[in-house]
Amino acid sequence: MNLPELFAERAGDYRAGMHHCTEAELPAVLAGLLAGASRVVLPAGIAEPWLTGLSVPTLPDGTAPLTAGELDEAGLSVLTGCAVAIAETGTIVLDAGPGQGRRLLTLVPDHHVCVVRDEQIVADVPDMISALPDPTRPLTMISGPSATSDIELNRVEGVHGPRRLDIVCVHP
Amino acid sequence: MSRNLPIVAITPFPVAAAHELGDAQLRANLGRATRTIRDKRARVVAEVADWEPMRDRAAAVKDEVLDNLAELLARFEAAAVAAGATVHHATDAAHANAIVTELVKAQRAESVVKIKSMATQEIGLNEALEAAGVTPIETDLAELIVQLADDTPSHILVPAIHYNRSQIRELFARRMPGFTATSDEPAVLAGAAREYLRRTFLAAKVAVCGANFAIAETGSLVIVESEGNGRMCLTLPETLIAVVGVEKLLPRFADLGDFLRLLPRSSTGERMNPYTSIFTGVTPGDGPQRLHIVLLDNGRTQVAQDPVGRAALRCIRCSACLNVCPVYERAGGHAYGSVYPGPIGAILSPQLTGQDAGFNKTLPYASTLCGACYDVCPVKINIPEILVHLRQTGPKPAAERAAMSTLSWLMRDRRRWRAALRAARSGSAPLRLIARRHGGTLRRVPWPLSAWTAHRDAPLPAAESFRDWWRRTHESS
Repeated sequence: MNLPELFAERAGDYRAGMHHCTEAELPAVLAGLLAGASRVVLPAGIAEPWLTGLSVPTLPDGTAPLTAGELDEAGLSVLTGCAVAIAETGTIVLDAGPGQGRRLLTLVPDHHVCVVRDEQIVADVPDMISALPDPTRPLTMISGPSATSDIELNRVEGVHGPRRLDIVCVHP
Repeated sequence: MSRNLPIVAITPFPVAAAHELGDAQLRANLGRATRTIRDKRARVVAEVADWEPMRDRAAAVKDEVLDNLAELLARFEAAAVAAGATVHHATDAAHANAIVTELVKAQRAESVVKIKSMATQEIGLNEALEAAGVTPIETDLAELIVQLADDTPSHILVPAIHYNRSQIRELFARRMPGFTATSDEPAVLAGAAREYLRRTFLAAKVAVCGANFAIAETGSLVIVESEGNGRMCLTLPETLIAVVGVEKLLPRFADLGDFLRLLPRSSTGERMNPYTSIFTGVTPGDGPQRLHIVLLDNGRTQVAQDPVGRAALRCIRCSACLNVCPVYERAGGHAYGSVYPGPIGAILSPQLTGQDAGFNKTLPYASTLCGACYDVCPVKINIPEILVHLRQTGPKPAAERAAMSTLSWLMRDRRRWRAALRAARSGSAPLRLIARRHGGTLRRVPWPLSAWTAHRDAPLPAAESFRDWWRRTHESS
């Protein structure tokens, strides 16, 4: 199994929604995933071509930073890229770089859509660490939607973070 | 002061364990939980080809930390301060509590949101904050359940494992403002906690956390969690206070490569936990704008001086040793009388406090020395070796002292020993009739040997010694 296949399998294990497309198909796939949102939160530096198919209003985090209260609005989705992804564990890693944004953007809304390109996928955790451009940026490693097993060991998805995580894998 | 710490057993382990063993629900819940997590762990560990070399590497890194503690602490502090954090040093629990309380008061906060943290439980921070008029709010679901019930955690990883869903629903109905659900489905209960805590997170001014790792090279803190309550606490409040045991250091950022592979697999039996946050100082416009790091000693540098016992400080609090321990599985976490239960608790609590604190000297005996804990430990702490070491160096029970000194006097002289054996044989002859009913063993004998028979049967001396048998069968012709 190559790295993109392994990543898709492992991230799928954690009940992230997995989607596959080419660069050309990406805007349409994103438009479909975000069609049900009231508005789409956009981090600074998001790739403009991704947004060309969107049919819903956007809420950019710009010079006037969004507050946690604004992000708590019902029905919001957030769209981001990632810094690196780990195949072995099905993990996406955000480092607050362009197109990923401040940490609360991917925390407060109930739905997170993340775009991962094949070339961003590394084998395991040590490779992720060497692939980070700057480890002192705020880092968030995400493996599936938030979850708890605190009540009789029953896994419940979506406690405090986004209850739905969709990952779009862009293949060449 | 140290006698009131949440790491001091106020009851001898055998007494506390006997009490817990009477709780049938606890035993059923624990048995199911430990078996489930144990099996999950075994599956994901088997996937990793270099698991054993990785354990060796992790143990070596942690030993490097203990060998260079002062230097690495200084490096961590310099890096964290350069990144905008304020670093405090706390010698003991009272000192740490005073520092945190003052920091909270300085923000005029009436409450703080908390991420589950063993270090803050160890120092009794919640009680100290409450005494100062500040309400600590636990945000991990299980910790919230335990806090609402005015109870104490029974497991490091799943602290509310002794509660069933119907008990949790009843508890929420009684103690959680606005709770109206009639279902006891885990998803409904978790949803209620989400609603309740969301309002709290959005209003919180101060958060308190621990750390799974602290990186000396960069001054970064690493927090591993599942629910997202950690990310809420680390991201939304303006002020963040981290209480970090000094042994949490790792020298280099790259060391995380092994530790982030070892911890989730050992702990929850997952390849990776849902969320890991790594942050370095203060980032303008993103997350807390005031970061205080309280480096906690509380006995650790003392433990680091003991060449055998120090390995306990490698612990990354994964709780794998609890799930494989036959004693923990039956007695449960409360029997250990400390926030650190199970095999690791039996070596950590008495070392951090000294064995003369409360009944902590009974903890090194809360083990069969089977060694299952050593086999699963991701940082290869030889727990049985440290248990024996603590038994050897700690205060001995009076009965054992009496029995051992008598035996040593008898064994010092061959004739004395033979006479004693003969006396034991003839003296025990009448008992053979009773013992025959129990497979040749005795259920109860008088003091000091009663200390042995309180928990086990005692064998009778053989009817004939080896020497007598040899003489009779080989030398009679």
